[in-house]
Amino acid sequence: MPQELYALAVLDGLSYAALLFLVALGMTLVFGVMNIINMAHGSFYALGGYMAATLGGWAVAQGASPAWSLLILPLAAVIVGCLFGGLMETALMRRIYDKDPILQLLVTFSAFMIFEDFQRLVWGTQPYFVSDIVNYLGTTDVFGITYTRYQLLLLPSVALVVFVALRSFLKYSSVGRQIVAVSHNREVSTAMGINVRRISLVTFVVASILGALAGALASPTVSWVPGIGAEMIVLSFAVVATAGLGQIEGALVAAILIGLARSFSVYMLPELEVLVPYLIMVLVLLFRPQGLFSVAKARRV
Amino acid sequence: MTKPKIAVIALVLLALLLPLALPWIKTPLILGTAFGIAALGISILIVSGQISFGHALFVCGSGYAVAFAARQWPDLDSVLLLALGAGVGALLGVVVGSFVVRYRGIFFGMLNLALSMVLFAALGKFFTLTGGTDGLRLERSPFFGLTMARDQYESVLLVTCVVLALLLGWLVQRYLRSVAGQALAALKSNETRLEYVGISAYQTLWIGYIMSAALCGLSGAMFAIAQGLVTPEMGYWVRSGEIVFVAILGGVGHPVGAFIGAGIFEFVKLFAAAYLTGAWQMVLGFVLIGMVFLAPRGVSALLEPRSSLPIDNEQERP
Repeated sequence: MPQELYALAVLDGLSYAALLFLVALGMTLVFGVMNIINMAHGSFYALGGYMAATLGGWAVAQGASPAWSLLILPLAAVIVGCLFGGLMETALMRRIYDKDPILQLLVTFSAFMIFEDFQRLVWGTQPYFVSDIVNYLGTTDVFGITYTRYQLLLLPSVALVVFVALRSFLKYSSVGRQIVAVSHNREVSTAMGINVRRISLVTFVVASILGALAGALASPTVSWVPGIGAEMIVLSFAVVATAGLGQIEGALVAAILIGLARSFSVYMLPELEVLVPYLIMVLVLLFRPQGLFSVAKARRV
Repeated sequence: MTKPKIAVIALVLLALLLPLALPWIKTPLILGTAFGIAALGISILIVSGQISFGHALFVCGSGYAVAFAARQWPDLDSVLLLALGAGVGALLGVVVGSFVVRYRGIFFGMLNLALSMVLFAALGKFFTLTGGTDGLRLERSPFFGLTMARDQYESVLLVTCVVLALLLGWLVQRYLRSVAGQALAALKSNETRLEYVGISAYQTLWIGYIMSAALCGLSGAMFAIAQGLVTPEMGYWVRSGEIVFVAILGGVGHPVGAFIGAGIFEFVKLFAAAYLTGAWQMVLGFVLIGMVFLAPRGVSALLEPRSSLPIDNEQERP
């Protein structure tokens, strides 16, 4: 394999990992705080992409410069996160925190089914592709290959900024510290006077915004079709499970690992491309079921 | 006569008599019965408190095994194909189960999911062998040694499926009431105590897992020969989710629940497809959410007097 292909695979892998990381971050956050795997998380990714494509298409029709996309993409994510994430938390999630884990999973699966048809009803089945921003930002030469600046610079830097921002939010802000407290122990936090209902809502909305942001950022690079959310959900499962549930730093490493593994297999073993993320997840779960970065928990009696 | 028994008789009569009035409904009924058998398999695992989002692996794996066999030997009898499906399902269950049953809860579910996605992705990729995403077609094979036209074939298949469903429902009920089955339920309430009694949790769950895999395998064989087509889509994780969905909707307290759930599922799907174009998933989603809040133990629990299942009452604890 020639040198350029290696570089290409690395760049592909990193820009893909940035998106994977954002989605996985939302999922791992929800799991950490509420102990629920949100099967509908991929739907926020899909909705974010659709919303971004619609708003972007509208802005282009108004004759706005593609630079506005830099504002429109996060805006779409915030709209989707607040609207659908907030709706899902208040209407469903807060009613199921004390239910059987099987029923919790099933409720989020139902939400996934509802969102899936909702997308089809609103946006139809035709593909959406609004890539003006990618063309606008142009390309750059690195290691002798030409690569779009959008994927080379924008995606990884957004992911890194979000990572640092989220970490310091959780560490230093009052709400963030309350979120950490709730993730450690719900009951004790309640006893300490934390408004757990509010914290859950905030966590869920933030997580939804992260999922939608990944979708919004991905929408200019791939054509947006139905079923894209269902595919993303298993991939982010793979990242979250490989890292260990609730591990934020771990998710970053796992996303890069899976992103790189996938892009290298695209160039070296194209048959295995789709398989690789799942193979990694299976191998990790077999040998370290708690994930690569989790510390085994003491059993609560 | 108890209410679940009446429900069983009503379902059997419905499945056998409805096609006389509406001939087109035969295929949905066969698929519904096959779905119910898969959900019956999942309900064994739910009794033990585990949930698998990957059992479409067995449905799909067996479906492909049946398709390969039917293409290789076109004269192979459909009865043998059904048996082959169940056998391949059980075999896959032995292999996959041997390591999956070491995990509990979310890890169990996710590992199953990952394995089923490996199969799904592999089937789509190895085009020459599996026909890629288009899947494999299989010709109608003889049934009980007779070559039949499509309509007649479907009638015989429907009757066979219903008889098998009755038999398997009864067997699963016997199993769940046996020592092995009660141990499975104990796995959910307190695994440590189960081990103290001297029963291996690993073996208990493994046996349950193999049975659920065999049932899903049989259901995959039914799908394959009823549709004459297998696609990787059968193994997608959303299909696994639907099987779990059907099992919970119907309830795991009584085997008839799986088939009530499958009946509701197929009905909503047909109805919504006809009147609310393309929104059947949405309708099902709302049905399930309503179910979780109004009758969390499923439709079949509504049929039973509350005191008849002492094990389940304990699960009501928050």
